[in-house]
Amino acid sequence: MTSAPSLWAITRRSLVKDLRLEWRSKDAINSMLFFALLVVVIFSFGFDPTAEESRKIAGGLLWVAILFATVVALNQTWTREIRNQVMDAYRLSPAPPQALFLSKTIGNFIFVSILEVLMVPLFVVFYNLRSVGPVWQLLVVALLATWALVVNGTFFAALSIRTRSREIMLPLILFPISIPALLAMVDATTSILTGDNSPIFWMRLLAVYDLVFTTVSLVLFEPVVNAE
Amino acid sequence: MKILFKSCLVLTALLLGYGFCQAMYIAPTEATMGDVQRIFYYHLPSAWVAFLLFFVNFLASVWYLIRRSVAADAMALASAEVGVSFCTIVLITGPIWARPIWGIWWTWDARLTSTLVLWLIYVSYLVLRHYASGGQVPVLAAALGIFGFVDVPIVYMAIRWFRTQHPQPVIGGGQGSGLDPTMWHAVLWNLAAFAMLAFMFVWVRYRQAIVEHELEEAHAQASLDYETEGAQ
Repeated sequence: MTSAPSLWAITRRSLVKDLRLEWRSKDAINSMLFFALLVVVIFSFGFDPTAEESRKIAGGLLWVAILFATVVALNQTWTREIRNQVMDAYRLSPAPPQALFLSKTIGNFIFVSILEVLMVPLFVVFYNLRSVGPVWQLLVVALLATWALVVNGTFFAALSIRTRSREIMLPLILFPISIPALLAMVDATTSILTGDNSPIFWMRLLAVYDLVFTTVSLVLFEPVVNAE
Repeated sequence: MKILFKSCLVLTALLLGYGFCQAMYIAPTEATMGDVQRIFYYHLPSAWVAFLLFFVNFLASVWYLIRRSVAADAMALASAEVGVSFCTIVLITGPIWARPIWGIWWTWDARLTSTLVLWLIYVSYLVLRHYASGGQVPVLAAALGIFGFVDVPIVYMAIRWFRTQHPQPVIGGGQGSGLDPTMWHAVLWNLAAFAMLAFMFVWVRYRQAIVEHELEEAHAQASLDYETEGAQ
């Protein structure tokens, strides 16, 4: 008799399946990208900043655009599984629900990271950006911030597909909880871009936020996924 | 039970009346702010009661996930609803006071902002409860209740740091440390009155939630009986 596959093995397999599905359909990435592009263009009509001003507001604009685009991708995370009763199959299988949650979160993390890699150059061009602070710090902030968005987002997407108005529900419950993370990512980015303040406090706060909510999500995912 | 409820109701009314007298007539008029300051006797007790109720919501949510008891879910619902109502009072009485004293309705000060975020979190909790349907509501709501409460210290830290980096937009935001003893009386009496009022609201809503649940069960049972009868 072979031993049961480890949590990590199940997570990896589920993740590979999701990535393959996304690679073939490109549902999430395409809609997310186009949505983010629209937001950036509309923002640049709304504000007409100079290089100095844009350094101050770009952090906020960038993260708000990414937040909105992330919601578009998150909404599709679980609907795919609902359609063919895959969620019921997951519930019946002996695989730990945490593996399912982790694979979905990592998948979303990858999608949003791809979005960021494509969006940031666009921002630099449209808003004429040049960072005063060190750029590697921006990379750390981006990693921490993206995880903060997707870990709660994936969890709340699993919550909101159970409700009557799925698509509207997700931002309504995700945004209030994410306010401190959003504040941290925006202020950290602005601090680095302008070089005025140290972003260290905000990076720490993001790290704490990630740690706390990853733990809470992993603990609470099982009752949520099994709620009939 | 009915007698206890009615006597609690009378006690609440008496406390509210006495608290009102204390706040409006007995407490001295504040030296610089004048009578406007009296709203403080309603503002502060509402805030404390709201925070207490959010804590009750958290405990009830945790308890529900452990025991799956209907009572815990009813308590979570009742405390969140009443908590949001009291938090709304805080957010309304604050600006009424701030307009004549600070000259502005609102400022993104640490306390104001954290209270607003708290209010948003628990409104989203009520929205979720409203839109979800069926037997899964309590589990989803309990999960969100725990998320919301865990978020509170992070919100507080973030916003305090956010504000201390910037200069304070207004002067003399705090109430100051020296409260006159009669002012303290007014605060404490009103706190007792508001705590009692909140308790009564929670009691009523809790009973309603329990009865609602029993009614649903009875309906389900009735339709089940009907079906079995039809099959025979």
